[in-house]
Amino acid sequence: MGSVAALVSDRVRYEEKSIILASRRLSLPLKHVDAKDMVLELGRKRAEEIGCGTVLMRCVSFYRGLHMTAVLEGSGIRVINSFFTSNTCGNKLLSSVALERHGVKTPRTLVAFTPAAAAKAANALGYPAILKPVVGSWGRLIAPLKDEDTAEAILEDRTYMYPLYQVFYIQEYVNRPPRDIRCVVIGGRPVAAIYRYSPPGEWKTNVAVGGSSEPCKVTGEIEKIAVKASKAVKGEVVGVDMMESEKDGLLVHEVNHTTEFKAAATATGVNIAEEIVKYVFRSMKK
Amino acid sequence: MKGKCPECEADIDVPDDAVDGEILTCDECGSDIEVVKAGAKVQLRKAELKGEDWGE
Ligand SMILES: Nc1ncnc2c1ncn2[C@@H]1O[C@H](COP(=O)(O)OP(=O)(O)OP(=O)(O)O)[C@@H](O)[C@H]1O
Ligand SMILES: [Zn+2]
Repeated sequence: MGSVAALVSDRVRYEEKSIILASRRLSLPLKHVDAKDMVLELGRKRAEEIGCGTVLMRCVSFYRGLHMTAVLEGSGIRVINSFFTSNTCGNKLLSSVALERHGVKTPRTLVAFTPAAAAKAANALGYPAILKPVVGSWGRLIAPLKDEDTAEAILEDRTYMYPLYQVFYIQEYVNRPPRDIRCVVIGGRPVAAIYRYSPPGEWKTNVAVGGSSEPCKVTGEIEKIAVKASKAVKGEVVGVDMMESEKDGLLVHEVNHTTEFKAAATATGVNIAEEIVKYVFRSMKK
Repeated sequence: MKGKCPECEADIDVPDDAVDGEILTCDECGSDIEVVKAGAKVQLRKAELKGEDWGE
């Protein structure tokens, strides 16, 4: 039982399927558990429902993955990534705080808790600025604040939304080439990096919004920043996103704790799924 | 293997190498269908709709 690990997922995407196939190819005992079918009783040792001591958590639903990680860790299971990492990476404000504390350069960010204070923050940053929900991914609800009037309208709108949207996280618009860099870091080692280009007429580079990608050489500088960022969030398997700011150099804007890696694997030819599986089993021997 | 779409009952081809949890799309109604595999038993169920907290 000690040598078995489990992949916990709620939707099998390219990433999860390639992790399952990689474990079969490597003959490593990784069982697949569907989070949607789980009933977990609190206070049990090593959650029998899982039946092993190490879990690779890959839920696409952030809250499901986060809360399940809490339960599993509570029962003594080691979860990759940990509750601390998921909680930090899943929230842009907590991520920025962790990155700043560890000396990782990030875009200038102001935080406010009412639309009026947020408007002041946007004015202080200057326009355009960017309003980001603290929880959310794939570029969802990220709003460019073009000028004072648009800013006020958008900020006001958020008061009708769930309270989490009233934590106003406002960032300077970083002047950069029409791309950003995603570096996949496994066990403190960068294994692959890509440039993600925004599709025509769009400033976001997320592959989810239709961006394209190209391999990116992991320079000494990218390596240093990516590793530092992964350590700042205590991440074991993460995707570090950075931008090439014209005035400030490389800035990390987020770290992903259930990182997608299809684009990175395809563009670089690195078998990221195998690297992840090997890492999971290597880390169990320690 | 063949299965039935849980939404519209159309026939769906399940590839032999499909893994547990894999998502197929129904040609007929376009629904995302999830493959549930337990040993040799294969079932199809409607996949979850995209949630607001989905992401990476
Ligand atoms: N301050 C900024 N200035 C300019 N562009 C930015 C800034 N912050 C983010 N972007 C761009 O906006 C897009 C989405 O940003 P971000 O990665 O923070 O959002 P996300 O929703 O968490 O996306 P994902 O989790 O899929 O990477 C990225 O393409 C990024 O390059
Ligand atoms: Zn159908």
